[in-house]
Amino acid sequence: MQISVNNAGALCASDASGVRHENLIPVRAFPMSAPGLGVSLVDAQGHEWVWIEDLAALPENLRSVLDAQLAEREFQPEILSILDVSSYSTPSRWHVVTNRGETELVLKGEEDIRRLSAHRLLIAAENGLHFLIADMQQLDSASRRRLERFL
Amino acid sequence: MHTNPYQIQILPEPWRSPVLAQLAANEQVLAFLPLDLDAQRLFCHGILVLTSLRLLAKTDPHSAWSVWPLDASMRLIRRDYAGVGTLDLYQAAQRRVSWHYTLTHHASARTLLEQFESLLSGNLQEAASNQSLCPRCQTVLPNNETLCALCEPAAQQVNSAWALLRLWRFAKPYQSGLFMGFLLALGSTAAALVPPYLTMPLMDKILIPYQNGHAIDPMLVARYLSMLLVAAVVAWALGWGRSWWLARVSERICMDLRLASYAHLHELSLSFFGGKRTGDLVSRIGSETDRISVFLSLHLLDFVIDVLVMGMTAAILLSINVPLALVTLLPIPLIAWMIHRVRDRLRLGFEKTDRVWGEISNVLTDTIPGIRVVKAFAQEQREIARFREANVRNLQINDSVNAIWSLFAPSVTLLTELGLLVVWAFGIWQVAHARITVGVLAAFLTYISRFYGRLDSMSRIVSVTQKAAAGAKRIFDILDHVSSVPEPVNPIKMGRVQGDIILRNIGFRYNNRSVIHGMDLHIAPGEMIGLVGHSGSGKSTLVNLICRFYDVTEGAILVDGVDIRAISVHDYRRNIGLVLQEPFLFFGTIAENIAYGKPDATQANIVAAARAAHAHEFILRLPQGYDSLVGERGQALSGGERQRISIARALLIDPRILILDEATASVDTETEREIQAALDNLVRGRTTIAVAHRLSTLRHANRLVVLDKGHIVEVGRHETLLASNGVYAQLYAAQARQVDSDMGEGEYAD
Repeated sequence: MQISVNNAGALCASDASGVRHENLIPVRAFPMSAPGLGVSLVDAQGHEWVWIEDLAALPENLRSVLDAQLAEREFQPEILSILDVSSYSTPSRWHVVTNRGETELVLKGEEDIRRLSAHRLLIAAENGLHFLIADMQQLDSASRRRLERFL
Repeated sequence: MHTNPYQIQILPEPWRSPVLAQLAANEQVLAFLPLDLDAQRLFCHGILVLTSLRLLAKTDPHSAWSVWPLDASMRLIRRDYAGVGTLDLYQAAQRRVSWHYTLTHHASARTLLEQFESLLSGNLQEAASNQSLCPRCQTVLPNNETLCALCEPAAQQVNSAWALLRLWRFAKPYQSGLFMGFLLALGSTAAALVPPYLTMPLMDKILIPYQNGHAIDPMLVARYLSMLLVAAVVAWALGWGRSWWLARVSERICMDLRLASYAHLHELSLSFFGGKRTGDLVSRIGSETDRISVFLSLHLLDFVIDVLVMGMTAAILLSINVPLALVTLLPIPLIAWMIHRVRDRLRLGFEKTDRVWGEISNVLTDTIPGIRVVKAFAQEQREIARFREANVRNLQINDSVNAIWSLFAPSVTLLTELGLLVVWAFGIWQVAHARITVGVLAAFLTYISRFYGRLDSMSRIVSVTQKAAAGAKRIFDILDHVSSVPEPVNPIKMGRVQGDIILRNIGFRYNNRSVIHGMDLHIAPGEMIGLVGHSGSGKSTLVNLICRFYDVTEGAILVDGVDIRAISVHDYRRNIGLVLQEPFLFFGTIAENIAYGKPDATQANIVAAARAAHAHEFILRLPQGYDSLVGERGQALSGGERQRISIARALLIDPRILILDEATASVDTETEREIQAALDNLVRGRTTIAVAHRLSTLRHANRLVVLDKGHIVEVGRHETLLASNGVYAQLYAAQARQVDSDMGEGEYAD
């Protein structure tokens, strides 16, 4: 499989028999546990055409295109501070500062907080967005105190 | 300005006047979409407005409007991924701009897109008249409402941390009983305070005069001693009455609480259970209510008595001697301050321990049903390690909580000892200056040891109270949960339905995954529809929506012309018979299992249903016939037998709408043939929706509906679909090939 970038900036691939697949979309297989490993290029129907074992092994120009496309698709605001929570029982409306600005999220239940590792949390909000807390120990103490009530 | 103010009112504040300022004389506002993500996908507060002439966009209130005059070469494409929706504006096949929003505004985006399309295709008239439809479910709205009553999101409840006080809701029916218990407590406490009071005359009138050379008056001694005896007996009797009575009341309160939480659990939709884990729920409803019961019957009572004793003691002490009383009461503010400091930390700690306890039960409820898998893959050690991990977390949290309260109780004891010391010192000094008698000091010392004893037990109550508060909070978490399949406020009465089903442009998303979109279908009464498609194409989801296990996120499902969200859930489900891939049999007899949906069915009804389901004969082969017990998951029966029992169950309630969700998927072909005969009886005359992976199961279907990625791609009869050579033909060919090579069966040819 030859991966290339077409004029519109979309990823393309041609297989051994010369068939070209346009407008491929990169998808990470392990977005949480190993984001750099296992990226699949799928077409609009979700059919996989190329499997990339390791992003780091790609040539520089391709990787930057892939990274840019992945970044455009991935949306995972990181919570930097929890300014306020409406209630300590769920559902609870949180007013948070993220690396993408201030916003509100609604936590439906405590079980929507998923522990990725000891201090790394992923919070699924009611509207389907996932918020990351990269290291809960790095939060300011007021935020941490609010968060702890839900853990 | 010709703009109709009503048009502007569809906009949320604070956008009305800024948008109005932009509009030309004959320009109308058709739809809007709040943009809460900007081009870099940072959170913002913007808006996209569709007017009859243009698209106006602004990503924050202070930036300039970006304006896109409409033209015929424009196209808007909506897409979403990972919770972010995007509208791409194409002009002459070139992408001009993309707008982003979170899926909170999904419905607005859809409305905007629809209005945009009907505007460009020249159907504006229709678009404008659509204005009064609810953007979510498309029912006609009353004047000026933006969402219909059905779709109005339930108000966010803000709960205080005063979960224990909220228990009053459950205590209220028993208030007379509680008051009675309180009177008993008051009486027994007062009686228990008499003996120390009697030490005063015993000292001052008998012992000290005797030391000073006066003889003892036996009558006086007898009088005081008999008073002591009476006080003790009365205190015993009243104390017994109070404990017994209050324990009774608290058990009843807790039963109500447990019943209420369990009943509420049954009102919640499947999505609630999808998110919660069994162990957690079991521990909430089981052990938390028990803990609250113990708190109410023992500790709350103790607390009330402690307060009473302390109040009364303080009053008595003050009445005897004010300066000594004040010295005695000195440590109280200190202890109150300590309690205050520690209370919150304890409660938070206990909330955590409860959650960890839930985790421990989760491990149990995960592994025990899956024990075959665990054993088959020899993962016992791994599961034990997982259990240990949960227990280690439990240890850590408990250790830190225990550290707090274990320090707390001895500190209170130390303070009381110090207090006693102060009273001794101050008392001796007072006696030395002849301000009080020895009897008064003796009485004080007796009272004060009771007093501090009470303080000590109160300090223990702090931890129990906080435990109960944590438990109460977790129960109210369930009780406060609003079902995502809400009962309508004014349900439309529905008896037996005809079975006419209309899917009107329905869509459903599960979290941020869109599972079904833009689906339209009309199913006539009595018609049998076969749902066909690859796994993951949305077949089972569609069935769940028709059963109203979930509510559609867009569009509406109408049965006999009525939105199913307007019918009471109970009324509606009575009309539905469901046969699942994995039949679930409850612990009980076969007869009870068949009559599950209609407990008042007669034996004759049950046998008739079993006969029609071709289950009668194998049931008779069992030694105890219809009275045979079936185990927790019906393990004594084969898959086909269990399935036929569940078919009999569905037959017995005689539903108008029948759902067969992969009813024959988990059995072999031979058994399938037996079940098929039973199903044919079941299907007759009912609106049937059958999901099947094996296409042969659907040969009686009036129409086949082929789903792919949440869309309907083909509808028609078997032959027509084969002839059109589309998705169905491919599926069919793939299965026929497999059957030919696997079994050499020619059944598919007919």
